[in-house]
Amino acid sequence: MTDVAIEQQASRSPQGWRALHVVRRNALVWRKLMITSLIGNLAEPLIYLVGLGYGVGALIGEIDGRPYVTFLAAGMICYSTMNSASFEALYSAFARMQVQRTWEGMLHAPLTSDDIVTGEWLWAGTKALFSGTAILLVMYGFGIVRGFAPLAVLPVALLIGLAFAGIALVVTSFAKSYDFFTYYFVLLVTPMSFLSGIYFPLSQLPEAAQTAAWFLPLAHAASLARGLTLGDPMPWPLLSVAVLLAYGLVGLAIAKRRVRQRLSR
Amino acid sequence: MLAQRVHAAHVYSRPMLDVQNLIKTYSGRSVVDDVSFQVARGECFGLLGPNGAGKTTTLRCCLGLIAPDSGSIRLGDLPVPQAAREARYRVGVVPQYDNLDPDFTVTENLVVYARYFGIPAREARARAPALLEYAGLGDRGDAKIEALSGGMKRRLTLARALVNDPDILFLDEPTTALDPQARHLIWDALRRLAKQGKTLILTTHFMDEAERLCDRLCVMDAGRIIALDTPRRLIDSLIEPVVLEVYGDGVAEWAERVARPLAERVEVSGETAFCYTHAPEALLAAVEQTAGLRVLRRAANLEDVFIKLTGRDIRD
Repeated sequence: MTDVAIEQQASRSPQGWRALHVVRRNALVWRKLMITSLIGNLAEPLIYLVGLGYGVGALIGEIDGRPYVTFLAAGMICYSTMNSASFEALYSAFARMQVQRTWEGMLHAPLTSDDIVTGEWLWAGTKALFSGTAILLVMYGFGIVRGFAPLAVLPVALLIGLAFAGIALVVTSFAKSYDFFTYYFVLLVTPMSFLSGIYFPLSQLPEAAQTAAWFLPLAHAASLARGLTLGDPMPWPLLSVAVLLAYGLVGLAIAKRRVRQRLSR
Repeated sequence: MLAQRVHAAHVYSRPMLDVQNLIKTYSGRSVVDDVSFQVARGECFGLLGPNGAGKTTTLRCCLGLIAPDSGSIRLGDLPVPQAAREARYRVGVVPQYDNLDPDFTVTENLVVYARYFGIPAREARARAPALLEYAGLGDRGDAKIEALSGGMKRRLTLARALVNDPDILFLDEPTTALDPQARHLIWDALRRLAKQGKTLILTTHFMDEAERLCDRLCVMDAGRIIALDTPRRLIDSLIEPVVLEVYGDGVAEWAERVARPLAERVEVSGETAFCYTHAPEALLAAVEQTAGLRVLRRAANLEDVFIKLTGRDIRD
């Protein structure tokens, strides 16, 4: 292809397509550390399931007529996808924005800050999908799930990832240093994980807290994940998908705007 | 190739970069204050000025990374910032701080960056050896970024800026923090680019760098252009040709009493009197007669022009 042809093709390429340049760059880096990353993806849920599921599970006995480990495993899909997307869109994205100046380099090429933020959002969602897949594999390994039906949770893992990536990118757009992210985790993420039916059923909470939980993305994530892997009844499946999508898209829109302002100072 | 470039130079007689009445303020303070200049195709144009003069802001406006409050910019005949992204297909940038990708090797840095321009990986890998050769990194393709010296990183950044074969290169302080050997390597590389007909726009506060490389210089201070001409004409028109630097005991008092009447201009800075003159003989004789004074005689250079225009105060 000649230079001119490349140029014409590239300058016509729409924003979503250009964001894939950013996804590809991050994927190439990930590929270099793939083994470590995959071991982490598999080891963490294993430790939780064995430690909490069987250890604490022995004390608890059954929840809704199932072993505790089964209940917890479905929650772990949500917890782990949330964490994966959050870390990527907070710490890693901040490193690329501020510390390594990777975004600056991209801006000197024919990419815009909207392309970059969209690319980071898609990539953080992809990382969440990897974690979700790892946990599902562990669940198959432990015999917690069987057959093809639970695979339907994978698109939801991506959706959960995009929801939390959207929120995290907004946080990153305000961050001055890594320390800022501690507030986000301690004040928002950790309390939310106890409010959303990850470790114990929502029904354990007082009525008001249950109502509040349904405004949080993680409660909807847990509802979908348990429904799709364990066949639990889902109160509002479409609403749950809509809530996750809304958090992701609104977060993305705000993050785009904020980063555009931040980088053009 | 050369014939094509010469031909192209005739076809595109319009400037490569045209900046008109550029104004940028940050919370009420003008950082760039009514700046206008044009850079012709194939020209090496220098932006000079003390810290905070507005050089980098001007550069960032030209690249469309920040929107000016008013004024117009055309880069490669495209309006900026409106079509800045499209304009950047023909632009290479060497930023002030290295932003090489530490997660990739030297060659991977070039290939990944080329992808941002829509250049396929296969083609980028084919171009990489020649670019690395050019940057004096021919045998470093597989090296990690952290293993490179400061000078090597700079040269790789320059090679990366050439990955799209740009018409115009923006270089923000390309040799700051480099040792003399490394600076000379960068200068050589930039001269070769100029010879190939690339348009170069660089900021610097090294006067020798500006004098050596640039066809024309624009001196900025406090957001304004205070001089714009060839280095030679700036020196000839703005400053006396001979400088005597006199230092020793009681030089300040001596400068007031003896040097003032003999030189066109005298500046005392610390323990040194800078005497600017067309006819140094009388002054030299006067120095000889005063015990404890030493003198350095030299031709006026761009640094003298710069100091005259922007003053001796420290800018932080």
